[in-house]
Amino acid sequence: MKILVPVKRVADPDNANKVKVSADATAVSTEGLEWKPNPFDEYAVEAALRLNENAPKNEKLGETIVVSIGPTEVQQTLRQALAMGADRGILIDSNDGLLDTAVTARAFKAIVDAEKPDLVLMGKQTVDGDSNAVGQTLAELLGWPMATFAMGISTTDGGKTLTVGREVDTGVLTLKVTLPAVVTVDLRIVAPGAVKNGVTPADHKYNEGARYASLKGIMQAKKKPIDLKKLADLGSDTNLTTKYSKFELPPARSGSVTFVESVDELLQKLRSEKKAI
Amino acid sequence: MTDVLVVAELIDGGLRRNTLTAINFAKQVASGTSGAFDILSIGEGSKKAAADLAKFGARKVFTTEVGGGYLAEKYAPTVAELAKKGGYGVVTTVASTYGKDLLPRVAAKLGAANLSDISAVSVEGGTLTYKRPMFAGNLFGYVQATTPIAVVTVRQSEFENAAPGGGDSPIEDVAAASDPAASRVEFVGLESQTSTRPELGDAATVVSGGRALKSSENFKTVLEPLVDAWGAAMGASRAAVDAGYVAGDLQVGQTGKVVAPKLYVAVGISGAIQHLAGMKGSKVIVAVNKDKEAPIAQVADYFLVGDLFKVVPELTEKVKAFRSQG
Repeated sequence: MKILVPVKRVADPDNANKVKVSADATAVSTEGLEWKPNPFDEYAVEAALRLNENAPKNEKLGETIVVSIGPTEVQQTLRQALAMGADRGILIDSNDGLLDTAVTARAFKAIVDAEKPDLVLMGKQTVDGDSNAVGQTLAELLGWPMATFAMGISTTDGGKTLTVGREVDTGVLTLKVTLPAVVTVDLRIVAPGAVKNGVTPADHKYNEGARYASLKGIMQAKKKPIDLKKLADLGSDTNLTTKYSKFELPPARSGSVTFVESVDELLQKLRSEKKAI
Repeated sequence: MTDVLVVAELIDGGLRRNTLTAINFAKQVASGTSGAFDILSIGEGSKKAAADLAKFGARKVFTTEVGGGYLAEKYAPTVAELAKKGGYGVVTTVASTYGKDLLPRVAAKLGAANLSDISAVSVEGGTLTYKRPMFAGNLFGYVQATTPIAVVTVRQSEFENAAPGGGDSPIEDVAAASDPAASRVEFVGLESQTSTRPELGDAATVVSGGRALKSSENFKTVLEPLVDAWGAAMGASRAAVDAGYVAGDLQVGQTGKVVAPKLYVAVGISGAIQHLAGMKGSKVIVAVNKDKEAPIAQVADYFLVGDLFKVVPELTEKVKAFRSQG
């Protein structure tokens, strides 16, 4: 399969509580935080690699292309995906202030129109914007079916369709989409048995999580091509649909923690101090 | 003047209660802009849900019966067509997995701004500004739509349920619209676990367990009695779900369920940033953990340090006694 995987770089998610706001409250600062691939997009790269390989034979079955949109340094994020095993990258040069869900999805549509992949596989949301909307928007712009919040993917009907288990509020909803399609992935897409491509034996035990890049992978990645494009050259609509007027940090929770010595003390305080029981 | 179209969420052939928070949001926008709100009941059991929806003061309730299971490709064309015809300024539903799946497709059909998971709205001179959590709830952004229509999903835990009132809304049937994308996706099935416990989304008390419970058996024998003693909904950390101790729909966190109950009890949960994102809006937070340095202490009101396998059974007995004394 030809799989296109959008990957966003985000400020270190494990230090999200260190994000800051500018003095005039109009901008977010992630200064001091390391850039990392959006975890969900990293899982999408892993899922794409599993779909596109015969794992025990280390044999490639299809092409995995990673694409991102942002400043030129984002190439480093794409290199990490190439080091995992993706084949080539595309970077649409833009700056973050010029992007929102719609602008991003329209730019990706231009790439899809040019590359004609069988599948767009991406994280369900970015852990900075937390919008969970680009995949759905892209699917609609393409007129493609979609399966969001995927925790399991199996190729079916000889590779013409994907049967996808989606994590929904009440359990797991299973859909079958006819390719080409958009699939957005959730946390458990990288569970050992979550992705089945009909070639890798069903009992093959993947590790939990996205694969680490091997030293060989890192060296090979340096030679893989990253095609640089300018957003303005794609011909997509770059008009923003949203405008953030200000940002603020949440108020700190009032008071500090009270360490209680016993169950009795806990319940007694919950009642007398908080009327919570 | 902004008119709002609420897309009701249906479940098991009837209205899903979380819709009442979207109705509340719609009322805020309508009253703040001298507009009105209508409700679309779409799916299986749309007429049954409409009878319930007609009691909340909507100008009109529309029904579209669509069988064969929910698919965004099937529902989006009807929502978008009604939104265009009706001249609405806002289209909304709850930021549940249903709303997050469906509404961005509707927004794309309308060329409209998509605003996900908002926690509040304010009106100033007819302009709507939405507040939304970002960076796992470590930042709030205030955002406006620059398009004529805004498509908005609301965070259930941040809005009260609308109260019934305002007479009976007229109910009108609307034909379903179609979309070629719908012919390329098939609903295969929905596997869910039924529970008699309160729903995570609006329970007054939530008791969650983490990986320290060590097994699904322990969740059943140690945690569930505490959950039930408290009349609570049960939640879990990502680690507990990934380890296979409980099903994924119990996960509380940035990418699971976001809850803000009156009381949240975290048992054996360390308090990763992503978990805090899903529960730090709770009014009172209790942690039971053997590690007093666990990050959950940053948000807890009360922290009982101890071995959960000793603490929880004692807590269960005493909670039962406490609650029965009233």
